[in-house]
Parts: sequence; structure tokens; C-alpha cells
Amino acid sequence: MGSKFMELLLNAVKDGLLLGGFYGAISVGLTISFGLLDVVNIAHPIFIILGSYIAYVLNSTWGVDPLLAGLLPAPLFYWLGVAVYRVYYRSFERRGEESLRGLVFFFGILFLIEVSLIITYGVDYRLVSAGYIGRSLDLGGLSFAYRLLVPFLAGSLLTLALFLFLTRSFYGKAIMGVSQDRFALQLMGADPVKIKTIAFGLSIATTSLAGALLIIIGPVEPSVGRVYIGRVFAVVVLGGMGSVGGTLVAAIIVGVAESLTSIFVGPAWSEAVSFALLLLALAVRPSGLFGR
Amino acid sequence: MLATLLSQRFIRNQYFFFAGYVILQYVILATAWNILGGYTGYVNFGTSAFFALGAYSAAILINKLGVSHFLALVVAGGLVSGLLGLGIGYLTLRLRGVFFSIATLALAVVLQTAIINWDYVGGARGIYVLRPKEAPFFGHYVEFLFIMMVLLSLVSVGVAWWIENSWVGRGLAAIRDNEEAAECMGVPILKLKLFATTVSGILMGVAGAPFPYYITYLEPSSAFNLDYAVNSLAMPMIGGTTTWIGPVIGAVLLGTAQQLATVTISSHLNLLLVGVILVAFVVLAPEGIVGLAQRLRRRKLS
Repeated sequence: MGSKFMELLLNAVKDGLLLGGFYGAISVGLTISFGLLDVVNIAHPIFIILGSYIAYVLNSTWGVDPLLAGLLPAPLFYWLGVAVYRVYYRSFERRGEESLRGLVFFFGILFLIEVSLIITYGVDYRLVSAGYIGRSLDLGGLSFAYRLLVPFLAGSLLTLALFLFLTRSFYGKAIMGVSQDRFALQLMGADPVKIKTIAFGLSIATTSLAGALLIIIGPVEPSVGRVYIGRVFAVVVLGGMGSVGGTLVAAIIVGVAESLTSIFVGPAWSEAVSFALLLLALAVRPSGLFGR
Repeated sequence: MLATLLSQRFIRNQYFFFAGYVILQYVILATAWNILGGYTGYVNFGTSAFFALGAYSAAILINKLGVSHFLALVVAGGLVSGLLGLGIGYLTLRLRGVFFSIATLALAVVLQTAIINWDYVGGARGIYVLRPKEAPFFGHYVEFLFIMMVLLSLVSVGVAWWIENSWVGRGLAAIRDNEEAAECMGVPILKLKLFATTVSGILMGVAGAPFPYYITYLEPSSAFNLDYAVNSLAMPMIGGTTTWIGPVIGAVLLGTAQQLATVTISSHLNLLLVGVILVAFVVLAPEGIVGLAQRLRRRKLS
């Protein structure tokens, strides 16, 4: 009885870790837009779903590998993000009344994209096919499903790439700078608005790949985005609002917590876990694990 | 309102009552949302949770406990949703506005999951509710429902009007404009916020309570539909969030447009329209129609 329990536990933790890497990938864009820029982009998950659908179209029409189908549209997503931010900035941030209206704005965007997807593709579940989906890797007695492993690896790479970008490159450091002290940044000759626009565009660009990873893990339909709202915000807040490393750690915590809940309590409740963690984080330590 | 009451005696077309019911339902929902959203500045994305809870409470009373007296259903729906409002308020109102909003979304998701997994209320299969054949005073039950909704709308708008013009409304406005400053000036912000969430919840539950009789088949995906959240948000935004008239205008305009659109174009395109209008108004005319009217009046005077 004990070893069966241990086997379940080990599998739950393993799956949670893999899921966590994926959650990190989907949340790191929000770390930039919400954590660093303080933009309440509640529509972040639906951009991910949009990425999933584009990956689906590329994959089912031309047989493009899902990972590639996530990377190729990224520039388009970047410009989409830039456009959205421009509207947001001109309408809200400049006037200084961000909270209520900005939130409603992004909610409207969320709704628009979701309904457009429903109109175009209906509510059937869509999935992608690739050689590795459906197979798994057996290591040390545990089996790692490729549909989880590939997103985990790709997601971790994405997170690492962003971390390096933010800490090493000029624009990356400028983005970190604009969140901390925009006046000093202006003194250094950089335009804060331009930096913020680039940052937001980047955050949306990540959703292209994140969407492809999502549809590798499992079938997607438009309303799937809603359960991810809690997850991504939980991860970003728990991780410390702007810390990429924190995001990854928090993502793994959320992933493992969800996996354990799914196995020991029931899959229906695993979605609620991330919300619960979010509320807990906000009540106990709002600055997150690695917050500034 | 009087005109509606009189005209119903002469209109025999059943569809008018069906459509009118929905519009009135949105008047209540929009007004309820606005008490917390427009007056206090806290955006609630979880309208469907409160609405569905009111509907399910009524359905349980009807089917499992044999209660069919209309007022009892409304009171029950209102109470349960009011408690939910109080609870969620107590848990989340100390947080920043955006986290309150996310919590309301979470609430809708969690509650829907709970109902889907609860066989007592039919789970994912839903419950069938039998509509009574006879209605007190009026012939057809749907007409009765419609009249009741008219009364309930009047009550809701009355509540909003009272709040707006009382010290409560001034306190809520202070919270909306600058919460920290309000707290420093001694405004009892937590109590006022709890009041707003509870009253908002009560009214949303009241809107949901007659729903089982109206729709006769209650199931989770329609009761928790995101439409309720979007509409109850869009209508005050379009009509104007600072006064009681705004949600009414928004609900009547948008509600009627939607009823017309649903029969002429597809119901999904109709939703797309709502989304576009919402974003357009939030970006271009944040004070809503009421705000635009005020601006016009000021220009005429000067």
C-alpha cells in the first residue's frame, strides 16, 4: 500500500514539475506586462489561445511542427502587442485613470478574441499532431510523456532566454529600469513609452509560443483560456511581480500543487488550486517569493 | 414604467414578454453591477456566479422543497447571493482592485465546477423546472414573470437611487476616487465596500431567482454563461457608471439591440458586437451616454 502511494506521489510530483515548466512559459509574458509594467493584461491567456489556434492552423494545413508554428508567428504577435499597448497607453495610462477602465478594456479584448475564435472555429476541441506526441520517455522507472516534456523544455528555454535578455541586453535592462525608476531612465536618454511599448509587444510575442506549447499538451477550445487567468496571475504574483526567476519557481510550485490536487482530490478541483494559492499569496506575502 | 404596465394588457404577443423579461433582467444585473463597479470602483467579473446562485437556490426550493411562492424564491435567491457577496468581499476587498476582479473570476470558475460536480442539483445534466399553469392576477405565467420583473427592476433602481443620494453613495464615491485618501479622512471603507458587494450580490441573486421558471431547464453552462458578466459590465459602461440612469439606459439599449440581433443575425455575431461596442466605449467615451449627454448640455449652456 505504501509503495503504491509513493508511486502515485512520485508521478504527481513529476507531472507537476513538467507542468510547472510550462506554466512558467505561459506566465513569463505576464511577468513583463503586469509585473514590470503594471499593465493589468487580463487578456493574456486569450492571446495564448490565439497562439494555440494559429499553431493548429499551421499544423493541420501545412504540417508545420507545433514548436515552429509557435515561433514563426511571434513577430506578428509582437506587433499586435505594440498596437494594443498604443491604444491602451493613449486611452488610459496617459490620463492616469488606469485601474477601472484599463481592466475593463482588457476584459473587452479578452471577450472579443474569444468570441471571434468561437465564430471562426466553433467550440470543438482542436489539437495538433507531431511525431513525438503520444510517446513517452522512460527514465529511471518513471515515464515522461513527450507532450509534457517538450513544453517543459521549450518553456524553460524561453524563460531562460527572457531572463538573459532582461538582465544582459540594453533594451532588456531598459525595461527593468523603466519599472523601477522611469525618471532616471529619461535622464539617460531613453524614451520610457517606447521601452514600455517594446516590453508589452514582447510579452504578447511570448504568447505565440506559449499557445503552441499549450496545444501540444492537450486539446484546446476558446473558453480554455479562462482557467488560465488564475494560473498566470497566481504564478506572477507568487513569483514576485517582475522576477523571471521567481516566475519559474512559482510556476513549479503551482504545477506541483495542481498535480497533487488532481491525483489526490480530483481533477475538477485542480483549477481552483491556483486561485487559492493566489489568494494565499496576496493575504500572506503580497510581494511574492522574490519580490522587490 | 407605467406605460409598460398598461401596454401589457393589450399586447398578446408572447414573444414581447420573453424578450422584455431578458431586458428587465439586465436592468437589474446592470444596476447591481454598477453599485460595486461604477459607484465604488471595484470591477466584478463574476456576475454569473451570483446570478446562477440565485437561480439554483430558487430551483432547489421549487424542485426539492416544493416551494413555489414567488416572493419566497426571490428572497431566497437574494439572501444566498448576498451571503456570497459578503463572503467574497470579506476575503478579497482588502486587496488591490485588480486582484478583487480576478478573485471574482475565480469565484465563477470554482462555483461552476462545484455545481457541475454536485448531483443534488443535477450536475452537468441540469434540472428541469415545471412552470405553474396559473398565475395570480394574470393569465399566463410568463406575463406574471414579466410584471414581477418590472417590479423587481423598480426596486433595484430604487435601491441604487437611494444609495447614490445618501451618505453611503458619497462614501463609495470617495473610495472610487482615492481609496487611501478616503481612509485617511475617516471613511469606513471596509464596511462600505462590504455593503456594496453584499447589496450587489443580493440584487444579482434577485435577478436570478425567477430564471428557473422562465427558462424551465437550468444547467450550469447556460446559468454561468460569460454573457452575464460581459453584459452586466458593458451596459453600465455604455450607459454611464456614475448614476442610476446609466445602467438602465445601457440595459435597455444594449438589451434590445441584442434581442433584435439574436433573431436577425447569429447569436455569436451579436456577442462580437457587444465586445466591440464595449471596447469602443471604454476607449472613446468612458463616461458613457450619460456623460456624453452632460457634455452636450454644458456646451449648449455656455
